[in-house]
Amino acid sequence: MPKTSQQPLLYMEEYRVKQDPQDYGLADEVFNIDIFKQKLKVTIVRNDEEGLEFDLIGVYPAIANAFRRLMLSEVPSMAIEKVYIYNNTSIIQDEVLAHRMGLLPLKADPRLFTYRTEESPENGTEQDTLEYELKVKCTRRKDASKDQSTFDEIYKNHKVFSGHLKWLPKGKQGQIYTESSVGCIHEDILIAQLRPGHEMDLRLIAVKGLGKDHAKFSPVATAYYRLLPLIKLNREVSGKDAYLLQSCFSPGVIGIDENENAYVKDARYDSGSRNVYRYSHLADAVTLARVRDHYIFTVESVGALKPEVIFIEAVKVLKKKCRSFIDEIEAE
Amino acid sequence: MLIGRMPLMLRSSNCVLSGKTEFELSKLNECPLDPGGYFVVRGQEKVILIQEQLSWNKMLTEDFNGVVQCQVTSSTHEKKSRTLVLSKHGRYYLKHNSMTDDIPIVVIFKALGIVSDQEIMSHIGVDPQSQNRFGASLLEAFNLKIFTQQRALDYMGSKLVVKRFQSATTKTPPEEARDLLMTTILAHVPVDNFNFQMKAIYVALMVRRVMAAELDKTLFDDRDYYGNKRLELAGSLISLMFEDLFKRMNWELKMIADKNIPKVKAAQFDVVKHMRAAQITAGLESAISSGNWTIKRFKMERGGVTQVLSRLSYISALGMMTRVNSQFEKSRKVSGPRSLQPSQWGMLCPSDTPEGEACGLVKNLALMTHITTEVDEHPVMILAYNAGVEDIREVSGNPINNPHVFLVFINGNVLGLTLNHKHLVKNMRYMRRKGRIGSFVSIHTSYSQRCVFVHTDGGRLCRPYIIVEKCRPLVKQHHLDELQRGIRKFDDFLLDGLIEYLDVNEENDSFIACYEENINPTTTHLEIEPFTLLGVCAGLVPYPHHNQSPRNTYQCAMGKQAMGMIGYNQKNRIDSLMYNLVYPQAPMVKSKTIELTNFDKVPAGQNATVAVMSYSGYDIEDALILNKASIDRGYGRCLVYKNSKCTVKRYANQTFDRIMGPVKDALTNKVIFKHDVLDTDGIVSPGEQVQNKQIMINKEMPAVTSINPLEGQSPQVPYTAVPISYKGSEPSYVERVMVSANAEEDFLIKILLRQTRIPEIGDKFSSRHGQKGVTGLIVDQEDMPFNDFGICPDMIMNPHGFPSRMTVGKTLELLGGKAGVLEGKFHYGTAFGGSKVQDIQAELVRHGFNYMGKDFFYSGITGAPLEAYIYSGPVYYQKLKHMVQDKMHARARGPKAVLTRQPTQGRSREGGLRLGEMERDCLISYGASMLIMERLMISSDAFEVDVCRICGRLAYCSWCHFCQSSAHVSKISMPYACKLLFQELTSMNVVPKLILEDY
Repeated sequence: MPKTSQQPLLYMEEYRVKQDPQDYGLADEVFNIDIFKQKLKVTIVRNDEEGLEFDLIGVYPAIANAFRRLMLSEVPSMAIEKVYIYNNTSIIQDEVLAHRMGLLPLKADPRLFTYRTEESPENGTEQDTLEYELKVKCTRRKDASKDQSTFDEIYKNHKVFSGHLKWLPKGKQGQIYTESSVGCIHEDILIAQLRPGHEMDLRLIAVKGLGKDHAKFSPVATAYYRLLPLIKLNREVSGKDAYLLQSCFSPGVIGIDENENAYVKDARYDSGSRNVYRYSHLADAVTLARVRDHYIFTVESVGALKPEVIFIEAVKVLKKKCRSFIDEIEAE
Repeated sequence: MLIGRMPLMLRSSNCVLSGKTEFELSKLNECPLDPGGYFVVRGQEKVILIQEQLSWNKMLTEDFNGVVQCQVTSSTHEKKSRTLVLSKHGRYYLKHNSMTDDIPIVVIFKALGIVSDQEIMSHIGVDPQSQNRFGASLLEAFNLKIFTQQRALDYMGSKLVVKRFQSATTKTPPEEARDLLMTTILAHVPVDNFNFQMKAIYVALMVRRVMAAELDKTLFDDRDYYGNKRLELAGSLISLMFEDLFKRMNWELKMIADKNIPKVKAAQFDVVKHMRAAQITAGLESAISSGNWTIKRFKMERGGVTQVLSRLSYISALGMMTRVNSQFEKSRKVSGPRSLQPSQWGMLCPSDTPEGEACGLVKNLALMTHITTEVDEHPVMILAYNAGVEDIREVSGNPINNPHVFLVFINGNVLGLTLNHKHLVKNMRYMRRKGRIGSFVSIHTSYSQRCVFVHTDGGRLCRPYIIVEKCRPLVKQHHLDELQRGIRKFDDFLLDGLIEYLDVNEENDSFIACYEENINPTTTHLEIEPFTLLGVCAGLVPYPHHNQSPRNTYQCAMGKQAMGMIGYNQKNRIDSLMYNLVYPQAPMVKSKTIELTNFDKVPAGQNATVAVMSYSGYDIEDALILNKASIDRGYGRCLVYKNSKCTVKRYANQTFDRIMGPVKDALTNKVIFKHDVLDTDGIVSPGEQVQNKQIMINKEMPAVTSINPLEGQSPQVPYTAVPISYKGSEPSYVERVMVSANAEEDFLIKILLRQTRIPEIGDKFSSRHGQKGVTGLIVDQEDMPFNDFGICPDMIMNPHGFPSRMTVGKTLELLGGKAGVLEGKFHYGTAFGGSKVQDIQAELVRHGFNYMGKDFFYSGITGAPLEAYIYSGPVYYQKLKHMVQDKMHARARGPKAVLTRQPTQGRSREGGLRLGEMERDCLISYGASMLIMERLMISSDAFEVDVCRICGRLAYCSWCHFCQSSAHVSKISMPYACKLLFQELTSMNVVPKLILEDY
């Protein structure tokens, strides 16, 4: 990592964010691919169920932002788009039900499917469509005794979960995919509640789509970045004040050594709350800043694709966009 | 014997729904949260509004255009009349509208049997001041030569208003005057066996009031003071109506009986046969459904007493139940009755009133207000006599003038005198707290009038307070613990004498501490909870005490337009219009009122994460920016239900309406588009999507319904189609079809239509602080700003909405909501209380957020950090019923009016947009003559007419009928309306002539 002094900083003052007076940002820089390559650095920090966290260092905000935007809205995923309602006697309205079905995250890998085109038939082809059905009927449990009072004991199927969804293989899909590879990611999403006599009979059509069309096609729960926080102690803070200072930041940011002196342990996971400024006697002891070209990305996948795959897909989308842009320029 | 049926107030003690448990109510398809209190008449929910009136049987001294007068509106079960005592040129008169002239007061005294001047003076007061002031009045009677009771009655008899219908029993004018004195003038003062003494005392008191007010202007009474007001509830209004109808029925029966009994008939006359139960039933029914309250015996005629219960939202229905309507005329520009009265404190909500013409005249009850019902005054009178009240008739006039003697009034009537008023008041209150007399009996002292007033009548506003004795509130912690455990109820507090109800008059006679720490040795009562001084609607506002007051008023009006849930049974209802939110949420920042009114169970709004910042310029003038992803996920989605209905009738001539099945196209054998959604029975089937102009009920009606069926004719009657079709640019879905029968036993078909609407640009949203705004732009999620935690706001609000509105409560709501979300709990924004900012900030800090609620944001478009920290967090937003889809309107071509051939008017008729006079002026001043020509004629109602150049009249088919020639006829185009005007003028023998020139 380059030395702190070389890092372009943004100072977080009490009421505003201020750029370093010496820092002119992008204004005068001419883009140079070699310098870019030399500066660019990517480090993966964490990759687990909660998502992917990686650092993107040495790029302009426009580039970092492009990846974020693409992950949110231009990386495709599969979602239910059409709902054929054969019967719905539940209290939930057809449109609302259809909307809820659309928001169910599906396991299906969008890379294995194509977009639906104008030419594709009404019911779609096995390359661009997944079909599901939902058939639930609520009945009263005959064996339930009189003194049982919870709905679970009295009724059968009184809650419709995403797990009730059944995949209907289309064409040769049955040989390629399995229920678990295209079904709902979560089995326990409550879709509706039924009472005896209520019935649902739906056929659902899932297609490939983009997040910019509808949020249900977005492959991420969220994808965002933040700038690396930087905390500098301007003077020695010790004793009671050290503990006070510690409490002003997220846990683990400020450490206290054996002499009861505060030191910056790890500024990375500070939440940027700026609560030091509440204490006037501590406000001058610290300088809060952000490293302007150090982006900490967090990608939380919905579950169909792994977060790293989503990022790579986003890069591919950007590449494709650049390619078509270059093609267009050259064509002129 | 059935004499009639009475409409029943829902959830009243006689209603089947009263006392039912939540489960039982649910089983009956009723919402357990529904407040009741309305009537269902002819299939409509009707509310009888609370009517505010000036108190009756009460002396009011006031300055009426420089004339000091004391007026009393007497009201008994039989009569209502207004009597005035006024001072004119230093003399006193009595005025009553049964008298053509003002009667000198001494004449009245003499007519009432107090003949000697000395006796009169002893009633008025014997102090020199009074003697001086009253001398002129005595002289006037002397000049009129009225010395005896008989002469006085003669004089009054000569001034009687001549009645239009002379009654059969002929009475001499003096006798009539005496009857008048007995029954009509000051009707509420009892007269038995022509003993007018009480009336004389009462008149003397009125004179004394006028005299006192002449000397001291501060003694004028305030009409707007709530102690001088009475509220009439549905019960008393209905009883008034019933009494009138019942008396009318009795009178009519008597007339019939009088006519029939003298006749000799075989069968004995039976009155019962002539009783019609329908008369009372229909009378009450029509009064409630029309809202016209006509009481013949009081000559009262009032309109708009009832209103249809607004079921727009739960709060609007609840708010309607607490509405108080003033009798004051709306058009008059007087500020007094409209302004906030200090005595309104705790009784009527200071915030909830409409803007505009009804401002301050329509009010709403506060949370704990109780309106008294009438209780028997007799036990109270006995108690008062036992507590030291002496009958005034047994003491001569002189004690009245004694400054230590206090007069005691009960319900506006003189009860007697007391020497020790403090003792009396204390005893009476003690008895009330012990439950010996009704808890709504009020007693208060007026030192300026040297009177003690006891009230047991109905319609007084009152409110519970905790009793304070010896600087300690009687309600102790252990009582509250018992309440918590459910051992104690509110009524137990009342029965134990810990809490009592005070009406406005008594409240003003007490020292009430707002908080326990304010109690001092003079304190008599303690406020139960300060937030209860607000009403139901104002109770929704979090932190209302931090807002500028008009903002709370605006919210009170807007909360009624918010959509959400209207009750647990909303899916069973078929309203003509119902708005529901798809995903309603309980607010993050609640208030105690919200919990008490169950608003959190039937909410109307959603918690939106709001960032207070500017964005794009599509947010000026309070416009809001919405996140498209939020909308995609269901934010602001609403359901709009409408119904359409029709009846299938049977006619007198044995013909009847019929419903036909769908028609098939002859060529393709497919059902035609218009009938596409019809089921085989000719009615739409549920679940179907109906498009514009499609038919929902294919009804046909016989062409002839009036004449009698012709004998022996074939049953083939010509039918005309009268289908019920769907109108609307957006399609609807059929939620339900109901086939039933109405009161006339005709078939009734109702179709409930549903639309799901997604927020779009122009839809109106509002927070709970009177901050409404329309959607200005819907932005993709990636373009929205995001913060260090990856949070993207659902909504962006421009900060310019804050400085001038001063809705600090909204900023606190945001802070409280944010902390609540992080902590997983609800915060309270109860008025005059609520979660403290310090506590909220501590919670924010605990979760690593900035204590001021401002976060570090990045621009979603450039990706760079924003220079300012952004104030962001959840705020409860209401979607209001005004949506663009119902309002947008444009027309290129469309229907025209038949008469003028100009485009029709109004959106519902797909009308044109008027280029009005001012717009025309603009075009004239600009010189765009051809544009005017186009807008006003060519695009509207251009018409080619033939004009004769010789006579200037309109010709027809190139032939001038006046000149009998076609030689000089030219064609010009002019507006059809102009041609029509010419023809209409011609038909009235006015000849407009056109002079044509070459152009």
